[in-house]
Amino acid sequence: MAEGTHAIAIEEARSGALTGFARRLARNPLGLFGAVLVVLMVASAVFADLIVPYDPTQIMVGPRLAPPSLEFLMGTDQLGRDVFSRVITGGQVALLVSATALGTALSVGLLLGLVAGFGPPWLDNALLLLFDTIRSFPVIIFALAVVTLLGPSLASVIFVVAVTTVPIYARVVRTQTHALRNSEFITAERAMGAGVPRILGIHILPNVIGPLLILVSMDVPLVITLEAGLSFLGMGVRPPTPSWGTILNDGYGYINQSVWPVVSGGIPIVLTTLGFTFLGEALRDIFDPKLRKEL
Amino acid sequence: MWLYVLKRIVLAAAITVIAVTLLFVMIQAVPGDPAAVLLGPRATPELRAELHERMGLDQPLPMQVVMFFGGLLQGDLGFDVFTQRPVRSIVFEQLPYTIALILTAIAWSVLVAVPLGCYSAMRRNSVIDKVVGVMAVATIAIPSFVMAIYALLIFAVWLNWLPAIGAGSGFWGGVTHLILPAFVVGIGWVGYLSRIVRASMLEILGENHVRMARSFGLSEGRIVARYALPLAILPTVTILGVGMAHLLSAAVFVEVVFARPGIGTLIVQAVDSRNYPIVMGTVLATTVLFVVSTTIADFVNAALDPRIRGDL
Amino acid sequence: MRPGEPAQQVASSRPSLLEVVDLDLAFQTPRGRVLALRDVSLAVQPGEIVGVVGESGSGKSTLAYTVMGLLAENAEVTGGAIPFEGRDLLSMTAEKRRRLLGNRMSMIFQDPTTALNPVRSIEKQMIDIQHHQGGSRREKRRRAIEMLERVGIPDPQSRIGGYAHEFSGGMRQRICIAMALLVKPALLIADEPTTALDATLEVQIIHLLKDLQREIGCSIIFVSHHLGTVAELCDRVAVMYAGEMVEYGTVRQIFHHPGHPYTKALLECDPGRIRTKTRVLPTIPGEVPNLVEPPSGCIFRERCPHSFDRCVTEVPAPRDLAPTQWARCHLLDDAAEAPA
Repeated sequence: MAEGTHAIAIEEARSGALTGFARRLARNPLGLFGAVLVVLMVASAVFADLIVPYDPTQIMVGPRLAPPSLEFLMGTDQLGRDVFSRVITGGQVALLVSATALGTALSVGLLLGLVAGFGPPWLDNALLLLFDTIRSFPVIIFALAVVTLLGPSLASVIFVVAVTTVPIYARVVRTQTHALRNSEFITAERAMGAGVPRILGIHILPNVIGPLLILVSMDVPLVITLEAGLSFLGMGVRPPTPSWGTILNDGYGYINQSVWPVVSGGIPIVLTTLGFTFLGEALRDIFDPKLRKEL
Repeated sequence: MWLYVLKRIVLAAAITVIAVTLLFVMIQAVPGDPAAVLLGPRATPELRAELHERMGLDQPLPMQVVMFFGGLLQGDLGFDVFTQRPVRSIVFEQLPYTIALILTAIAWSVLVAVPLGCYSAMRRNSVIDKVVGVMAVATIAIPSFVMAIYALLIFAVWLNWLPAIGAGSGFWGGVTHLILPAFVVGIGWVGYLSRIVRASMLEILGENHVRMARSFGLSEGRIVARYALPLAILPTVTILGVGMAHLLSAAVFVEVVFARPGIGTLIVQAVDSRNYPIVMGTVLATTVLFVVSTTIADFVNAALDPRIRGDL
Repeated sequence: MRPGEPAQQVASSRPSLLEVVDLDLAFQTPRGRVLALRDVSLAVQPGEIVGVVGESGSGKSTLAYTVMGLLAENAEVTGGAIPFEGRDLLSMTAEKRRRLLGNRMSMIFQDPTTALNPVRSIEKQMIDIQHHQGGSRREKRRRAIEMLERVGIPDPQSRIGGYAHEFSGGMRQRICIAMALLVKPALLIADEPTTALDATLEVQIIHLLKDLQREIGCSIIFVSHHLGTVAELCDRVAVMYAGEMVEYGTVRQIFHHPGHPYTKALLECDPGRIRTKTRVLPTIPGEVPNLVEPPSGCIFRERCPHSFDRCVTEVPAPRDLAPTQWARCHLLDDAAEAPA
């Protein structure tokens, strides 16, 4: 099996990595489906302002709790706001949170991973213990504790996500760094006066980029879930900013009068999480089936 | 063997200590008087003074830490701001509901996932295997509160088969009210567990001792039951321990959606009303719950595997 | 006994216990279709010990597994038959075949450590395998203990309740032998049973097998790459190379008058037979051919010092050197053109 992957890798190097990757993705129907959903979600979020038919925070653009119609594709909520517009804008929040949080987590994780990998053993062990503790702790409990102390806001959400995802990125970087620190050519390079940036750029980064990207795509649904979950509990973004979680929460309150807000609020969450997860799994199968066991 | 037990207990204690320390640090990090922070804006000056003294806020920092831990070890988690009842009692009142929910979820998901995983392994790449695989990924991906709401919508509101909210009264009331929540908490777990069982089974079915069992003409059923399954189960036990975190998170949302009493509802309400002692107490309770369950899972794993037993 | 003889002729003489007739086997892999066995034929008489020798990749273990029906999913028999006690194994239903395993046929594996179930006691495993036989649980336990005693496990009464990891490597292999012979098979297939053991243990195991075979009277197919062991234990020897059987004969014939260039080279390379002091061990130059696209003609020609043009174009048929010995080599064909 390893030989097969090796052969494919060589074939890719010849025909261009991108086309090779695209071809392999095409062979994986679920992954393709996921990729389509992801593109759809990202595009709709980025171009939200162009797509939305109504101002998402404008109340009473239509009757309260109206069912879906041509005028209001997903119906209206209890304040007469167009749910479809809110859903599309909610995507922006989800994307913003994901990008910011994961970006921060990646940077911090990279840093901590390097420290753990290159630092003295006691620091390494201490950091590893910290990573494992955070990683295995129930996220929602931690999130609620943070919200209690810092107050509900978008910033709190981003903070929680960042803190809980740092450990796994840090671990990946640390493993790679650790493996390298003892290798001979690093010693040689340092003897020749190579600085940390060079070692970082040439030896560490190329090897961790792959697994990190896969982890990121697997983490996006978790981030979106956390943000939506906190917003659903009323502890995430503040109104009137629409988040998928708040749309769901609103709908839940009026579930006996109309099912549509709840259904509509749930659909984007389901589609996005499925999309990223299918895509992430396909990526993992293509690039590194070994990760399956480690994660 | 006792060394192993000791090691695990020390590790569990270490994790608890770290979590509590983090909590302590967070409280201290918030600007302002910690007693005021802890008790919230509704605290009276008397309450604040009392807490001040109890927490030793006039004392040097190291002394505070010691007093904090000391209080914890005695089981003193503080007092609820509104009712003045000890946090400890409030938490212990709600804990059984959550534990019942989680245990039921684990039970049904294991009962479904293990056969499903076995079957998928034995009929690899069949249609059923592929469908189960996709469903597994889907149920893991979709968040628990979304599933909870949809389940509520379909089974309680629309079809009206099951009760929607609350914990119900009496034995049967309790059971019927448990069905839907336990289903939602467990569903993501079924997917995850069945994939692990499948992978584990596939690995074991390819191993030499299974081949040797086959060479004696043992039936497939007997091979699966006595030569493959006992080994395949082993990793799933550890997973269950680790999965407690996910189960707890799911339980929180499910309790909220189905308006069930429990730790989840407790903590959410407490956060909402800025009831810091309750929040802290719940966080501590869940930490302990989580650490205890992981340790138990590890011990069970060790007990089941004679190889580890022999080494110890 | 010549393979390739039509089945009727074979049946008219003393019936073989097992025959392999023109067996072709292929594995479907990502690299392509590996032609692992090509036109392999063999015959085993009741009470006979037949050795199958060859280097790694020769297909000897694959042959053993094919007879037992324990191949991986991607294996496919594309031709031939395996009559066992008169009935072709390959055309039997899986259920019928399963009834023969652990009953008329049993197997000893190369690595006793992984062959035994690590989480099930030896006692339970030894009772499990007696499922074809009648008797109470107590009966079966008694038979198991007797057998363990017979193979040299000290104090079997108390040790039978133990687990595999509590025994040493040599003991584990003895347990496996005990299990394989407990079912009193007509045919025992031993796949390199001593490869994982050190030399002194090897000698003991071989002697044990010899004694047990005499007692029980079963036939043995003994797969090995160790020529010395084969010489000591077997009555007949089959030599395999890269999926083909290239020579077959009695032990005496193979070791004293080998007919095939490969057999000759093997014997020369065997460290046990080197008389003169030397620093460099002789080897056969070249590599085992790729079985996805086997070379045309004789499979050994790329490494054979005597190959000539006919070797490239034609697969050699088995040629007799003696009434009970044949080899697949054009050099043996008197009617062929003289080698260049």
